[in-house]
Amino acid sequence: MNSPNGYRRESSGGHPPYDNPAYASTHKRAPRNAPVRLEHTLSEITGPRFAGDLPAPGEDDLTHFDGGEALGERIIVTGRVLDEDGRAIPHTVIEIWQANAAGRYAHAEDRHEAPLDPYFAGIGRVITDTQGAYRFMTVKPGAYPWRNHHNAWRPNHIHFSLFGPSFATRLITQMYFPGDPLLDLDPIFNSVPDRSARERLIAKFDIEVTIPEYALGYRFDFVIRGREATPTPG
Amino acid sequence: MSPLQTPSQTVGPFFKPALIRSGNESLVTSNSRGERITIEGRILDGDAAGISDAMIELWQANADGRYDHPDDLQEKLIDPEFHGFGRAATDELGRFRFHTIKPGSATGPGNLLHAPHINVSIFARGLLKRLVTRIYFPGEQLNATDPVLNTVAPGRRSTLIARIENADQPGILRFDIVLQGENETVFFDV
Ligand SMILES: [Fe+3]
Repeated sequence: MNSPNGYRRESSGGHPPYDNPAYASTHKRAPRNAPVRLEHTLSEITGPRFAGDLPAPGEDDLTHFDGGEALGERIIVTGRVLDEDGRAIPHTVIEIWQANAAGRYAHAEDRHEAPLDPYFAGIGRVITDTQGAYRFMTVKPGAYPWRNHHNAWRPNHIHFSLFGPSFATRLITQMYFPGDPLLDLDPIFNSVPDRSARERLIAKFDIEVTIPEYALGYRFDFVIRGREATPTPG
Repeated sequence: MSPLQTPSQTVGPFFKPALIRSGNESLVTSNSRGERITIEGRILDGDAAGISDAMIELWQANADGRYDHPDDLQEKLIDPEFHGFGRAATDELGRFRFHTIKPGSATGPGNLLHAPHINVSIFARGLLKRLVTRIYFPGEQLNATDPVLNTVAPGRRSTLIARIENADQPGILRFDIVLQGENETVFFDV
């Protein structure tokens, strides 16, 4: 039986290492042994095509919840999911979560003394169209403190989870905002070794996406692994 | 110029409302083909403490060894009642539990049968990118010739094989995931 081609590997310097001295939670969680390199088999080149059911209408609008409208600066985030060859990834679900405009998550474990917003749950889902494009509306998340080190603050960010076409392309990441003074101080953002790779996590403000009198627009593309040129050996 | 990969970042501690839905820990319906199994275990850190804010995902073939995906070209039956994906969060003690079926063997190049296994992704605060491991099954003849198990140092292979703790309940398999330290689970670079 012929196997379809495997996927290209992580780019070196383009992803964080497991062990990161500046990010305290890695100390007891990063494995000590190097991961065992695995040639791609059917297990890695196949994968779930979406997590559960598809997004329902309204899951692309985080600004309305429980009959009310969230406080904060409304923003549109839009872009495409592509692979390393520039091919669009259609029909892939993107799961979204974030803090509210005050920097507080609607989560029982978040103890930050910032107000909860009863009209903001901070979760959403979208699916890419045939061109790999997605779009959603939310409010700009606030920065929030964490206990990693003295006076530690997370920069404004939105969390994303997506699958792509295979087990090998699974990605969870965070999107940041341009010009944020906290970026240079954030161990999680700076865990990505290459500066140019880190900067790929920063959205671009786009006046063309901006809706007059209503919401600022940002562009952010996701690039997942592309396929190897040669068939999977093992 | 070709676009470059988007770097991974940690899932952080606050993912549960967005990512965890009750029911996703069960991969089966009452009509799925195959032998029902429960997989339960804990995720432990370098102090052997349970990790209460982790997410685990399973990806597996159906009872015939076929993945529900167009790139699986094996001439085997799709099971419309089994899609092979599951997701669960750990509880306050770091425990997780899945209900699924034992996967069949997939056929690799050269008609080599791979040992039945379940692919596992692990996400948590403090993990800047996911960890990947596999769950293999005890007493499985194909384990001896599986090409992936055989790339692992013999002394560490047992970390990849689930255990039957109670002979009266052979459908309940135990699989602990040790992120760091003694008996550290084997993780794969995929
Ligand atoms: Fe966050």
